[in-house]
Amino acid sequence: MSELTLTVMRLGFLAVLWLFVIVAVQVIRSDLFGTRVTQRGSRREEGRRQQPAARQQAAPPQQRGQQPASGGRRRNAPSKLVVSEGTLTGTTVALQGQTITLGRAHDSTIVLDDDYASSRHARIYPDRDGQWIVEDLGSTNGTYLDRSRLTTPTPIPLGAPIRIGKTVIELRK
Amino acid sequence: MSSSTNTSTHHTSTIGAIGAPSRRNTELALLVFAVVIPVFAYANVGLAIDDKVPAGLLSYGLGLGLMAGVAHLAVRKFAPYADPLLLPLATLLNGLGLVVIWRLDQSKLLQSIKQAGTAAPRQLLYTAMGIALFIVVLIFLKDHRVLQRYTYISMVGALFLLLLPLVPGLGANIYGAKIWISVAGFSIQPGEFAKIVLAIFFAGYLMVKRDALALASRRFIGLYLPRGRDLGPILVVWFISILILVFETDLGTSLLFFGMFVIMLYVATERTSWIVFGLLMSGAGAVGVASFEPHVQQRVQAWLDPMKEYTLSQQGVAGHSEQSMQALWAFGSGGTLGTGLGQGHSDLIRFAANSDFVLATFGEELGLAGIMALLLIYGLIVERGVRTSLAARDPFGKLLAVGLSGAFALQVFVVAGGVMGLIPLTGMTMPFLAYGGSSVIANWALIGILIRISDTARRPAPAPAATPDAEMTQVVRPS
Repeated sequence: MSELTLTVMRLGFLAVLWLFVIVAVQVIRSDLFGTRVTQRGSRREEGRRQQPAARQQAAPPQQRGQQPASGGRRRNAPSKLVVSEGTLTGTTVALQGQTITLGRAHDSTIVLDDDYASSRHARIYPDRDGQWIVEDLGSTNGTYLDRSRLTTPTPIPLGAPIRIGKTVIELRK
Repeated sequence: MSSSTNTSTHHTSTIGAIGAPSRRNTELALLVFAVVIPVFAYANVGLAIDDKVPAGLLSYGLGLGLMAGVAHLAVRKFAPYADPLLLPLATLLNGLGLVVIWRLDQSKLLQSIKQAGTAAPRQLLYTAMGIALFIVVLIFLKDHRVLQRYTYISMVGALFLLLLPLVPGLGANIYGAKIWISVAGFSIQPGEFAKIVLAIFFAGYLMVKRDALALASRRFIGLYLPRGRDLGPILVVWFISILILVFETDLGTSLLFFGMFVIMLYVATERTSWIVFGLLMSGAGAVGVASFEPHVQQRVQAWLDPMKEYTLSQQGVAGHSEQSMQALWAFGSGGTLGTGLGQGHSDLIRFAANSDFVLATFGEELGLAGIMALLLIYGLIVERGVRTSLAARDPFGKLLAVGLSGAFALQVFVVAGGVMGLIPLTGMTMPFLAYGGSSVIANWALIGILIRISDTARRPAPAPAATPDAEMTQVVRPS
């Protein structure tokens, strides 16, 4: 085999190997853009944040509770559930009509690692009209929507904080 | 327990998949690519050595393609939302390993000293067994959280596997390191399997104990100092890895297990102090053992002065080998772009050229450019593992994924560092690339578990869990 052919093959092989690496990185890149990255900071930093998303999180709960009261439900249907406080901060779950269970049980959708949460603490599900409902499943320490403890299945306003032990979750568009 | 102190210290940007598509077609495309590259390499080796396309090209390509295809179908069926990159990356590494092992089989020098000749067909068989185990993991491990039930059984199992090589009559002392057992003519390296079992134990244990380890501590010059009694677990693991170092005389295995524990401890508790303690303890342990263990001393000497080791071996002094120096020369003669597949002289390493030192052949024939690509591929596997851990929705899965990918990363570091002369040489093998059944089979199982966790993590609509408590809770539904 001629020297030239072998040189071309040698360089060609390296090129193909690197092409594979680049394609793999491209796949990761598209994977990143298929998801949302939520920047979280400590409370002090949040005040200084420029990003509007971060500022919205820093807003006191009273203001957040008022936002979803206006506007059509259909248009403002939440698309994801976001954990905004606690050890799972930043985790998101897409809302696609499924029931989301929360608790310390290992088969929960969101497994809470929290001594104040019950093993089957609460669940979030859509009713027939597509309105998202939160229901406390007889937990020991209760589930709080805004400041009030839940006693019945309750519709969740957009952005209202749901507190379970140390964890706070909310629904976002 | 002061649980509330922990909540204000998060600076993380966390990532969750939003309606992640299954990406199976991306995986298939990459997989085809990952099979074509080794076939190209195979043809290249044949043309360079014998001036003709090797006779086995079609069967080899079909064999690798078939195995990759079966693995892909299994993923499609049993883990449809799994990460699209893990399988192609592992397949590519395995395929390239097969090519280089075959290339070393062709070496007249290695054939003359009976170090090679039939390694490639056997490695192909091991690969088939590895992929079979990968599929078995996918079929029978429906949910990785099941593994949590076996936390303490895993501990016993891992200790058993680690101690197996020390059993008289079963353990085999192969070239100084006692990390092998020989059963029915096969030598098995139980440490490779112990790696996975131990990760399950650490994940289950740390998930339960992490609050005690993270919160009960005092602050001292910027470091959280754990209480004396919380040091117990790390001391026990340290002691066991020192025992491995003393009795099995293998620095790699010892470093791998202790390092994996420290990584998982750090991830579980978010306390940098554990890393400081871990580094101090492993440093002290390694230096302490090296002061009285001759085998370890010799490895350190060979690392500090490979040229002297080479001269001694050329003079015929027993117990010295020219491998380290030959490997360094192989890397050197490869240069930036390499000598081309099949055109190097890495067979001069002689013993273990296709197992422990397989990276030297890559270094010589593909050059720096090729080695960088290989290390990046390893890096991508680790990255996908860590990413899986980030996306996992349960603490056990998070810890297990980070433990497995951390162990994988440490193993790559220990082997590559040893061959390149960065750290003393150890008896571990490069995952997927090197010749060796235990390594290939165990690492395919590892990839299988990672794929299972990533499937659970990326599944967009988790199956609604049955809630037995729901019936007990009387509620009035608004009509």
